[in-house]
Amino acid sequence: MLYNEPSPHEVKVLTRRFGLADSASIKTYLKTDGYVAFEKALKMKPEEIIEEVKVSNLRGRGGAGFPTGLKWSFVPKTSPKPKYIVVNADESEPGTCKDRLLIENDPHQLIEGMLIAALSVDAHAGYIYIRGEYRYLIDIMDKAIAEAYEHGYLGRNLLGSAFHFDAFTHTGAGAYECGEESALLESLEGKRGVPRIRPPFPAVVGAFQSPTILNNVETFCAAPAILRDGGAAFAALGVPKAGGTKLTCLSGHLNKPGVYELPLGFPVKKMIEEVGGGIRNGKKLKAFVPGGSSCPVLTAAECEGLTMDYDALAKVKSMLGSGGVVVMDEDTCIVKVALRVMRFYAHESCGWCIPCREGTAWLRKLLQRFHDGHGQRSDIVLIGDLAKNMLGRTFCPLGDAAAMPTISFVEKFRDEFEAHLDGRPCPYEPANRLAAHLVAQ
Amino acid sequence: MTLSPHLEAKFAKLLTSYPPGRQRSAMIPMLMFAQDELGQVTQELVEEVARRIGCTPLQVEEVLTYYSMLHKKPLGKYHVQICTNISCMLTGGAELWEHASGKLRIGHREVAADGFFSLEEVECIGACSWAPAIQVNYDFHHHVTPEKLDRLLAGLRSANAV
Repeated sequence: MLYNEPSPHEVKVLTRRFGLADSASIKTYLKTDGYVAFEKALKMKPEEIIEEVKVSNLRGRGGAGFPTGLKWSFVPKTSPKPKYIVVNADESEPGTCKDRLLIENDPHQLIEGMLIAALSVDAHAGYIYIRGEYRYLIDIMDKAIAEAYEHGYLGRNLLGSAFHFDAFTHTGAGAYECGEESALLESLEGKRGVPRIRPPFPAVVGAFQSPTILNNVETFCAAPAILRDGGAAFAALGVPKAGGTKLTCLSGHLNKPGVYELPLGFPVKKMIEEVGGGIRNGKKLKAFVPGGSSCPVLTAAECEGLTMDYDALAKVKSMLGSGGVVVMDEDTCIVKVALRVMRFYAHESCGWCIPCREGTAWLRKLLQRFHDGHGQRSDIVLIGDLAKNMLGRTFCPLGDAAAMPTISFVEKFRDEFEAHLDGRPCPYEPANRLAAHLVAQ
Repeated sequence: MTLSPHLEAKFAKLLTSYPPGRQRSAMIPMLMFAQDELGQVTQELVEEVARRIGCTPLQVEEVLTYYSMLHKKPLGKYHVQICTNISCMLTGGAELWEHASGKLRIGHREVAADGFFSLEEVECIGACSWAPAIQVNYDFHHHVTPEKLDRLLAGLRSANAV
């Protein structure tokens, strides 16, 4: 099902089957070039598959943006251990709601992506780790897996070859931290979702202590198009160092929020004004987060000439992240946003690393005090200092994810923090009133 | 412990889904699927799952306390989960939360006296582009207004009236 109207600016590669009748069925999939790429990949050498993915300039769509072909090439060829494919469908970065659509509307594309990855490293089993809240996707995915077995795309001797592959769904149970790759692997093994120390990286020691390709849903879903139409064609859709399209989740104060598949390098202003229909109620843009709540915030002025791709956003010290674009209008209280974001990280910190566990809790308290009008001028510096001291001091990126946006809020919107000083009530209240119970916490 | 045929089938499949000697992997799915039927994770279930996957009950206990969706106390027949994270907050999620709490006269993670509704303020549920969003049990509802929520809750009430 689609939850918003498509946009004429979209370039539909991964979402090409969205909206077709019965788009999740293998019947529709096979009618629309389904499993053609897998057939092609079966005749290729593993290194040729990886080379094609490298040529495509596909970069990880879960947030880190690491080159996918390179990641696949790290799996040791000579390891005697079995190798695994793990799909990260634990989508839980605030602002992100795209993997849900990919599985709901085209689950076979994900299976085919897993098969291609499996061929590239000679893996024979794959797990799709789906967040607990997405229970309905497990039913959709299980049905697609059963269909694939029936039609000979999963199981033994696939398409008459010696290759065999089994796929399984696995449910999470409510933990943002399990979207982090090493915590996800712990969770997959039936443990608390705490991160592992790296190196070794999952490519070498991943699921069940074996070499593992672990990628986001959207990353795997790009593989069939890359093999089918060639890596060069996929690369050409994007910008020089990042190929293809990105499912972009527009949310917040927009007239037409929704999930849209846009080519990498799409202009930010055009994305907000034309794809997203502009700021609602005729208001002005104040700020936006380009890739989920973990990314540093950008101001309206920073949008000028900016494009949505990994390098362009890195230049302005933010990130493309998971593609969750959160747009805030001129009436948004940035202190309140900073507080809500920190409440999230404090809640989700797994507690394994002290800088993250203690840092998020302290920052939440400080920001709460500030928003309540009891902040002190020295707190502004303290918030920034605390956040900076978390950076790089944890096993996984959750600590950074909490610190980076906080630093950006304080640096870019210091005036809004100052406007809350000396017991003054939030200048944006009561229009943006915080729920009473939040204040009470 | 006697499980329903549906659950037995699920458990049997789970035990063969992971590499040999890795049956512990089935723990969280087993707890989740069983909780859906039982309404909560009971001590009996903890022991049953531990026995089936070759763990101690304490090891199961240690894991289940980590995950926010696993709970040892029963929730309402309809568990109303309201997202107030950033995208939902910007579009009225916090006000929706207040409205729901006032209407049902229960707070965060509380169950109404008749056990029909329970309420939880949740973190991002992955519906940001169609915010504000809620989940009732596993069902998503998008673009929820206080009025729409009232109609939804009333609909659930009348559908269950004897």
